[in-house]
Amino acid sequence: MTEQSPSRLPAPRIAASVAPTTNPHLDIAEVTKNFGAQAVLKGVNLSVAKGGTTAIVGPSGSGKTTLLRLIAGFEHPATGSISLNGKTVAGNGVWVPAHKRQVGYVAQDGALFPHLTVGQNIAFGLDRSALDGGRRAVKSRVQELLDMVSLDSDMAKRRPHQLSGGQQQRVALARALAREPELMLLDEPFSALDAGLRVATRRAVAKVLSEAGVTTILVTHDQAEALSFADQVAIMRGGKLAQIGNPFVVYTRPADRATAEFLGDAVILDAWMEGSLATCSLGGIPVRRPPAQGLVQLMLRPEQIRIAPDGPIRGVVVDTDYFGPETTVRIKLAPRVPTPGAVEYPGGGEVITIRHWNASITRPGTELSLRVVGEGVAFPVEE
Amino acid sequence: MLIALFALVPLGYVAFMTGATGWSTAVALIFRPRVGELLLNTIMLVVFTVPICLVLGVGGAWLVERTKLRGHRWWAVALAAPLAIPAFVNSYAWVSAVPSLEGIWSGVLIATLSYFPLVYIPAAATLGRLDPAIEQSAASLGLGPWAVFFRVVLPQLRIAMTGGGLLVSLHLLAEYGAFAMIRFDTFTTAIMTQFQSTFNGTAGNMLASVLVFFCLILLLVEVRSRGTARYARVGSGAQARPTKLALHHYQIPSQLALLALTLLAFGLPILFVFRWIFAGGAGIWSADEFLPALLQTLGYGTVGAAATVVVGFPMAYLAVRHPSWFSKMLELSNYITSSLPGIVVGLAFVTVSIRLVPGIYQTSGVLIAAYVLLFLPRALVNIRSGLAQAPKELDEAAQSLGKAPLVSFLKVTLRLTAPAAAGGAALVFLAIVNELTATLLLSPNGTHTLATEFWSKSSEIDYSGAAPYALLMILLSAPMTYLLFQQSKKVAGQ
Repeated sequence: MTEQSPSRLPAPRIAASVAPTTNPHLDIAEVTKNFGAQAVLKGVNLSVAKGGTTAIVGPSGSGKTTLLRLIAGFEHPATGSISLNGKTVAGNGVWVPAHKRQVGYVAQDGALFPHLTVGQNIAFGLDRSALDGGRRAVKSRVQELLDMVSLDSDMAKRRPHQLSGGQQQRVALARALAREPELMLLDEPFSALDAGLRVATRRAVAKVLSEAGVTTILVTHDQAEALSFADQVAIMRGGKLAQIGNPFVVYTRPADRATAEFLGDAVILDAWMEGSLATCSLGGIPVRRPPAQGLVQLMLRPEQIRIAPDGPIRGVVVDTDYFGPETTVRIKLAPRVPTPGAVEYPGGGEVITIRHWNASITRPGTELSLRVVGEGVAFPVEE
Repeated sequence: MLIALFALVPLGYVAFMTGATGWSTAVALIFRPRVGELLLNTIMLVVFTVPICLVLGVGGAWLVERTKLRGHRWWAVALAAPLAIPAFVNSYAWVSAVPSLEGIWSGVLIATLSYFPLVYIPAAATLGRLDPAIEQSAASLGLGPWAVFFRVVLPQLRIAMTGGGLLVSLHLLAEYGAFAMIRFDTFTTAIMTQFQSTFNGTAGNMLASVLVFFCLILLLVEVRSRGTARYARVGSGAQARPTKLALHHYQIPSQLALLALTLLAFGLPILFVFRWIFAGGAGIWSADEFLPALLQTLGYGTVGAAATVVVGFPMAYLAVRHPSWFSKMLELSNYITSSLPGIVVGLAFVTVSIRLVPGIYQTSGVLIAAYVLLFLPRALVNIRSGLAQAPKELDEAAQSLGKAPLVSFLKVTLRLTAPAAAGGAALVFLAIVNELTATLLLSPNGTHTLATEFWSKSSEIDYSGAAPYALLMILLSAPMTYLLFQQSKKVAGQ
């Protein structure tokens, strides 16, 4: 796993968990892209290790799909360069068109050719002259690919419109895998699927790609999808990569407040930082590598705050939302009571949201005791 | 850019001729009693015919699409069928039935029976597509069936009605044969008379300028009356099928009304074409006359359709794949030109070819060029919808699978667009088969098409001799009408 510092951005305030990728499969350096007067990519740097799985996640309009299209060769970068296996394919006066890059691409809706059968779709990119055995070899390869993506062989004769959304995506994957690309690009391939089908298809695709050993880049706006699919997550915002790291690191130690809030629910409280302890309405919370001393903003994930009868923190239930397996509980924390000799902290009386796995607490007004588990992350106070 | 310049030839011709004539001469030629008379005739024709077409077209569409009309599938096709009969063939049949027909009311009758399907087809397509949930919401807000129709359904037909009304109006301005046959003078018949008597006279050119002005006003009126409201369905999920109103004791009157309309618009012309065929006997089927006309018509139709698709493809490709102000201007210039009457386009090509390149005057090339300008939108609409079936993502998918851009274009984009382009070519082909005015003006000496031969025979009151040509034109037009009907349903998502 790697954690890199995109240039032109403040370095992430958390340490790299491992050294930067050496000899990467894909190397993107200082890439910019404009559409008219609008700068869509503003100097992106990204390295992807061979065989690795990277998810580029970000809100709509952040530039993630444009970055993927640049890698695929569908767009030219304005500046910067893109290299595959050490060879420049775009930038520095070099341009290798899409059809010569050996890069697989699966579009959001699969982009299956409607005038061809499933079998013909899968065979579309096969170099028949390179296959021994002519038509029989093509048929056999199609069969092999259908097996690989867990589709029945009789699917080969069907037309794309006769398939479900999940089946279409599997066919698109099989078609892209047919040419044995070394790099596979997935552009929000699961977003059009129903929730249940999305998870099943995602698992199936991840398994196939992992078994094939293909370096994969997934673009998605779904944080959960990015965290569960990839072994490296790059968060994109406003045409820049805000943070790159393994899923656990970016979720638990986001580089800034915006990233923290984008990747999931976050409890943000004003706190007073002294040494490596942030004092706030939830008490003293240990912080690894504090960015500053004095007034900071402390971030905790809701699941770090637990209801515990012997917990030191008091609060009152404001309201609850029941979701079946979990209940989110909004709690108003006790107001700050100045205590002689204790560390003064800002805030007090804030309303926070926690996740509770027991549906028993549903009544507003119930008094609770809370306990914080693990470390917090501190951000400098925004001007 | 070349195509845009080419498309602007007729408009440039009108501007040039008006300028060359000189302001005082132009004013004298335009503001004279004869022009006033033609203007009045044309305005009256539009003012009476368009509303009747709207009532018949929308009423027929509503009966077919929104009521439990018995045999509604049959009626759906029957009401579109009159479009298969060229207006001048309709006029020929009516003059055969009632030889005394002439003047404004005859013009209104023939024009209405010929053109009401131009309103019916889009209105039926729109009515079939309207989300019934909107009507159900209106009913739940306390509106009765009539109030729902007038306050909810009819406003949603606005685009179909203004578009259909514009098409009827433009056909009224462009039609020559139908009105010449009943001796009703419009701008087009007057320009043709001027041209035939004085050959490219200034008076005829000035009449063409007024006609162009009239066309542009109609286009403007249509754009203004179309409004900016959004009519697309909002919301996701499957759309329910429209609920149909039971006709009860209106069933028989409705059936009789539709039967009368269909008989007058379709039955009578067919009846009289066959009557003249039987009256003429075997003598009218002279292969020496008949075959050259058929072959030349098929030849012009095929080459014209192919040329139109070849010219239209890059325009449609630009509009769909690289939309910009240039592609919009290109389309707009063509739509304006194609809305001009055939006689103006014909005169423009006559003038331009005689003045600039005399060698090409009365050659097949000029005639084909005029056909391309006149019928390009028919191909464009089809190619555009075909290209929409081949989004650039498919091209990109093909390229990511190792296909070079040209190969992916041929194997994916062109392959997926081909059926729609072929449909567009068929529409252009059949429009050329029935084209009379520009063909009369521009065709090389010795050219005989079905339309010009029909016109020549019927002008000499040889109605039996004209009948086989009429029958062939109807037979060739029938698939076009069916194609148009099917396309309108397809566009409406039915």
